[in-house]
Amino acid sequence: MSELLRVRGLTTTFPSEQGPVAVVDSLDLAIAEGEVLALVGESGCGKSMTALSLLRLVPRPGRIAAGEMIFRGRDLLQLTVPEMRGIRGRDIAMIFQEPMTSLNPVVTVGAQVVEAIRLHEPATKREARRRTVEIFERVGIADPEARFAAYPFELSGGLKQRVMIAMALAMRPKLLIADEPTTALDVTIQAQILELLRELQRDLGMAILLISHDFGIVNELADRVLVMYAGQVVEEASRSTILEQARHPYTQGLLASMPSMARPGERLNEIPGVVPPPSDWTAGCRFASRCVRVLNVCADEAPPEVAAGPRAGEIQRVFCHAVAREVADA
Amino acid sequence: MPDWWFSNAVVVGLLASCGALAVYVRRNRLWSEAAAGLWRRRPLAILVVVFYASVALADSIFWIGGVDAGDDVVKQHEALSLVDRAFLGTSEASYSAPFADVEFYGGAPLQQQGLHPFGTDILGRDVLYLVLKGARVALLIGGVTSAIAIPLALLFGVAAGYFGGRIDDGVFFLISTLSAIPGLLLLIALIMVLGQSTLSVCLALAVTSWVGFCRVARGETLKLRELEFVQAARALGVSEPQIILRHILPNLAHLIVITYVLLFSGLVLSEAVLSWLGIGIQGSWGQMIVQASDEISREPVVWWNIGAAGAALFGLILAVNFVGDAVRDVLDPRTLREEA
Repeated sequence: MSELLRVRGLTTTFPSEQGPVAVVDSLDLAIAEGEVLALVGESGCGKSMTALSLLRLVPRPGRIAAGEMIFRGRDLLQLTVPEMRGIRGRDIAMIFQEPMTSLNPVVTVGAQVVEAIRLHEPATKREARRRTVEIFERVGIADPEARFAAYPFELSGGLKQRVMIAMALAMRPKLLIADEPTTALDVTIQAQILELLRELQRDLGMAILLISHDFGIVNELADRVLVMYAGQVVEEASRSTILEQARHPYTQGLLASMPSMARPGERLNEIPGVVPPPSDWTAGCRFASRCVRVLNVCADEAPPEVAAGPRAGEIQRVFCHAVAREVADA
Repeated sequence: MPDWWFSNAVVVGLLASCGALAVYVRRNRLWSEAAAGLWRRRPLAILVVVFYASVALADSIFWIGGVDAGDDVVKQHEALSLVDRAFLGTSEASYSAPFADVEFYGGAPLQQQGLHPFGTDILGRDVLYLVLKGARVALLIGGVTSAIAIPLALLFGVAAGYFGGRIDDGVFFLISTLSAIPGLLLLIALIMVLGQSTLSVCLALAVTSWVGFCRVARGETLKLRELEFVQAARALGVSEPQIILRHILPNLAHLIVITYVLLFSGLVLSEAVLSWLGIGIQGSWGQMIVQASDEISREPVVWWNIGAAGAALFGLILAVNFVGDAVRDVLDPRTLREEA
């Protein structure tokens, strides 16, 4: 598989009283064509900010301070604004968490998809309409002709999310960024949407950057997993490695706090405390204050990268002092 | 080109845009449902407003000639509106009460030329005629002023809300400054500067009344800008002007309609206040009321003049406010939700 997107040293900052604060801090990631990469972490870890940075849509006053984002041989950060607008929607599309508010309430859903198509292609209205109905059918909207003229408030959450997916897929993007695509949906609808995403990903061969805090969803879809904490990557490995042999205490904590891991009648596991606000992020390990395996060195020194491949040829990157010591001892 | 040609052109333009609007409303399901709901709620008030509007339109269609040769020469070469023609030759010598058939002028009884349901004023003009002519002035004040004030408010409000930063600071400074000056004083000052024509009164009223809606538009845009469908549009590669046109403005449309209707009645009333201060528009109900205010101290009391103008003003304001309330019920998402 060839590489679709490589991000190096991506740093997104917001100004504060104490100077700029990096909410995404020197992030590296790579996505191959047709691959599903999951970005996992608690709220406030910078997952969504990473996604918005990839589209260069960081809300003001935030800005991308450093890094490069090579997408099919071009650095997205070097593009002009109109060039970047051409990339959005056509090459990289995004679906959002909240289907209830992701559609313009006063425009029919069909017209919104038509608009998305005509934005990047000189299609006639009739042609765009025909394609919209096709896409609606493809994403499993029953009676697409009738739904074309429906307003968003006349559709259920699941249907709205299908329309969002249809809109994102209208141009057959190479990369789909899905920011918690099922969080706001019922469990039964969640399964359907995930199934749809997997199907589309297989058929269209597109890569997906899946943002989630739910390992259940990650398990369903992802090929590879990137765990983020406080704006930084803490662990990266294939899905099976993460689920079976996670090394970083944070990843282990996240996995242990899945409700399905708890035994009946017992209290659910949790990681005590919350993600510290960006202004409190230090040069040392940012997870140190909540870590069960904290060492003296953790507070002051940035954790080293440890390559801990459990299987031959597989890369597992872990950023942790404790794991580093373990590997050195072994 | 004489003024009356312009007036005729405006009538044609208005009728055409009403037709276009009707077609659009019929095609768009959201708006046609809103229109049906509006009609269901307040049919009478809507009919009253439509009546006022038709009178005003009839009073705006002018042409020259076609008048009885027996009339005076000036009238034959003057552009007369439909309403003027309907009341041609109904002038009396002086005051006459409603439905009177005889009037006394200089002590001698005179046979009246016609029947005057609202009586006549001191110059013998039919009061019904004057009242009907007032409709055009009232709608002109409301319409022209709103047509200046609302786009102005939208322009500044949406720009401030959407772009924020310096633009927002600038607009807010302007708004704060304007609202710090007492409204009536500013109005009077502006009319003094601009002169006392219909257009300048409308302009002055617009300058003093756009601020409120500008605040609302700014706040609403601020809210809309952060909503996910605007984010989603950006993520699809939609340009900023397109986002404002396709995503922000349509979502402000219900506010625009509500504000327009409510602003309208307020403006007509403001003109009455200006008339009382002596800086109103010629021929408005406000001026009729002011001129007739002395007459209620006469013996016998001449009440029909002030009564007719007051009733016409009251009728329009009441009907417009009823319609405005219904518009808000139909379009405001908050009241919609309560109903559902």
